[in-house]
Amino acid sequence: MLRHLVRFIVSLGVLLVASFAMIHLIPGDPVRASLGPAAPIELVQARTAALGLDRPLLEQFTTYVANLFSGNMGVSFLTGEPVGQVILTRLPNTLGLALLATVVAMLAAVPIGMWAAIRTENGRNRGTEATFTSVTGTAVAVPEFLYAIGLVTVFAIGLGLFPPAGKSGPASYVLPILALAIGPIAMISRISRVETLRELGTDYVRLARAKRLPAARLYLRHVLPNTLTATLTIGGLLLTALIAGSVLVEYVFAWPGLGLKIVESITQKDYPVAQGVILVYGAIVLVVNFAVDLILGKLDPTSSIKES
Amino acid sequence: MPRTPAAVVSAVLVTLMVVLAIIGPPIWGETAEKIDAGAILQGASAAHPLGTDNLGRDLLARVLVAGRYSLALALAATLIGAVIGIVLGALPSVLPRRGARLVTGTVNALVAFPGLLLAMFTAVVSGMGARGAVLGIGVAIAPSFARLTQTLAASVAGADYVLAARMLGVPRRRVLGRHVLPNIAEPLILNLAQALGGALLGLAGMSFLGLGVQPPDFDWGRLLFDGFARIYVTPEVAIGPAVAVALAGIGFNLLGDTLAKRAARTAVPARKEELAAPEPSGAPDPRAVLEVRDLTVTFPGGVTPVRHLSLTVRPGEIVGIVGESGSGKSLTAAAIGGLVPYPGTVTHAALRLDGREVAELSQKELGTSLAMVFQDPMASLNPALRVGGQLAEVAIVHQGATRAEAARRAVDRLGHVHLPEPAKQAKRHPHELSGGMRQRAVIAMGLMGTPKLIIADEPTTALDVTVQRQILKLLREVVDESGAAALFISHDIAVVGELCDRVVVMYAGRVVEELPVSALAKGAAHPYTKALVDSLPDMETDRSLPLASIPGTQPAPALVGAGCAFAGRCALATDRCSTSLPPVTEYGIAHTVACWEVS
Repeated sequence: MLRHLVRFIVSLGVLLVASFAMIHLIPGDPVRASLGPAAPIELVQARTAALGLDRPLLEQFTTYVANLFSGNMGVSFLTGEPVGQVILTRLPNTLGLALLATVVAMLAAVPIGMWAAIRTENGRNRGTEATFTSVTGTAVAVPEFLYAIGLVTVFAIGLGLFPPAGKSGPASYVLPILALAIGPIAMISRISRVETLRELGTDYVRLARAKRLPAARLYLRHVLPNTLTATLTIGGLLLTALIAGSVLVEYVFAWPGLGLKIVESITQKDYPVAQGVILVYGAIVLVVNFAVDLILGKLDPTSSIKES
Repeated sequence: MPRTPAAVVSAVLVTLMVVLAIIGPPIWGETAEKIDAGAILQGASAAHPLGTDNLGRDLLARVLVAGRYSLALALAATLIGAVIGIVLGALPSVLPRRGARLVTGTVNALVAFPGLLLAMFTAVVSGMGARGAVLGIGVAIAPSFARLTQTLAASVAGADYVLAARMLGVPRRRVLGRHVLPNIAEPLILNLAQALGGALLGLAGMSFLGLGVQPPDFDWGRLLFDGFARIYVTPEVAIGPAVAVALAGIGFNLLGDTLAKRAARTAVPARKEELAAPEPSGAPDPRAVLEVRDLTVTFPGGVTPVRHLSLTVRPGEIVGIVGESGSGKSLTAAAIGGLVPYPGTVTHAALRLDGREVAELSQKELGTSLAMVFQDPMASLNPALRVGGQLAEVAIVHQGATRAEAARRAVDRLGHVHLPEPAKQAKRHPHELSGGMRQRAVIAMGLMGTPKLIIADEPTTALDVTVQRQILKLLREVVDESGAAALFISHDIAVVGELCDRVVVMYAGRVVEELPVSALAKGAAHPYTKALVDSLPDMETDRSLPLASIPGTQPAPALVGAGCAFAGRCALATDRCSTSLPPVTEYGIAHTVACWEVS
């Protein structure tokens, strides 16, 4: 618990330094790069001073951190909008998408994996096993943006069933969530299958079978909880991958989230926005990992002992 | 290499990619660059199957040509990632402890960090373009390589030859270079295939976002970027690059899977033999709690670890089954409990519990009248559930008890097996209990119903000697109190002699002798039983001599011949012993033996 907290705080610190350093690592003058070669020197100088880029590094860093804590993340080069404002309006859209996709993936994948495990226990139904592994292996290997493009082409442009882009009501969520969830479903159901198979071979499941428990009770109470540890770990790590994947999916669906913003800001060399969004993305990833660690500690009473 | 469909598909796809990378540019390079002002932004047509781009260039040719660049960039990124990763992963084994910890911590933090975000970070820093993207994806791949190297190196570091090298004072750097890295090279190389696939997809993603390859260069991701912009008008222009990226991803991913599995997979004999079920035999024995007639367990390939076994257990009786490992005693227990794992099959003339065929009993009857105790109490309780709950569910499921009733009963049973503070133990998780306490809890679980028969499969083997005694005493007590019978399986003839009323001796899947425990010490007839008894040291054993043992080993189930399986190790064996099977014959009161030479 304490170890997790320390790791979390240290990682946050590193992320903070990295996001601060980003603007300084850009070769040449970022302000000049952003404004273009034609911009008058006075404008560049004024912008540099406004950003505080002419002050000593350490002072810049302390101001950066202090500003962060008061919610001030600078303003966009292009629109003059406060970066904090931009992030606040877009963050819910991204988080909503990622969380819904994770929930969908978990709800679909765990039963699929358990079903496959029960059907293929001890090597029976080799056909099912081969089909399962090749289908999931293929599904995992296709990146989410290809699913997104395929879904848009077929279901939005071709069949007109769902809106092709933008966020407008529940129907607009369907395709982005699907695009994000297909890969994780394949991945998690594989893990869930392996974990379930392992559980089915344990002595306590043998004993539970000897107790002649009904199938539902056996699988849901004795097998499921023990498979969830590993499944959730991977699921949690997948959620972070999914947050990254949402960048591409948001781009395909023109989804008004952080992912689309990050792409726009990098392309337009709007560094304050890029810096802020990357910082927030990174922080989300760290928070998710931290939360996964905590949940695991609660869920599997032996894991806290194993760690120490 | 097994010819699974996945293996074939991955081999075909990857070969295709490599061939395309080699022959693509020379063959279609010119077409791909040919500008045709009269055919700009066309959809699919006979001349241009995938359409044309904004300069009228043929998109099919461009997709075919882009393979080389896509693959080359992915390869570069993978190499960057592998080199950084392997160095980072190997560092902890040469650095002083604190430095090692720092590196390990950094790697652990980075592994969880999405690669695309790292790639975007480097893209911002180093500017948009192929160079930034390759560097970014390379850096993004590195942590997983580092983690893998670390894990592998740690596993090798404990190996004897590395320890030996350390003992000899070989410097750590040299140990790493000469002993550690060469031994972990193979899995690392296997990982390259998967990493290459990942890099290819990552780069395609970056280019698709417009952050990777910039015109006039083009890779699949860039072509997809261009195609996607026109997806409302001519969706087919996006198909080519999308399919190319998907196939490449699938190919490399399946290749990684296949390579990883190759070592692990073992051939399973597919031969299947139908075994005729023995004729059902006679009327049930009214005085038997357990009646087993002609029980055989068969595995595919005709292996029969248990053959033609018959056994009777009477109420209140503890029957011991002894035999060395592989004699089929545990499988006999599993067969009686209906727990033989697939693909084993069980046939029998009769398998009756309390006068009724087990197959006809309901789950409820079986669940309450048959209790099982396994060898390892550490493993037989579910770690995720509280002890009390695991006991209580028997009552809830089979006896219709309410939760509160069941919980009360569980506590009562736990107290019954002399677990101190049963109410407290019931609320604990299994890992909070000692081995002996857990075995008591498992026995208590069997007592939740009204057991007719307790099958205990080596219940004391995993416990230390003092706890062993207590558990044996408890079993005896439980049998005496509840009137249940017990089948006690053990390899330890001394324990069996102490606890049981009757002993069944198994050898290579058969019963060779069955005798009252009182006859065990002096009256054993079968040479194998005698040898087992003789191998036990007692107070008068001359300790200056080596302990008595039985020469030779028990044949594996698949290698048992037609005659007596013990013939090869038996001092009395004659020709007849190795050619024909000795029948089970009466030897004395309640004493049977299967041996040509004693009957």
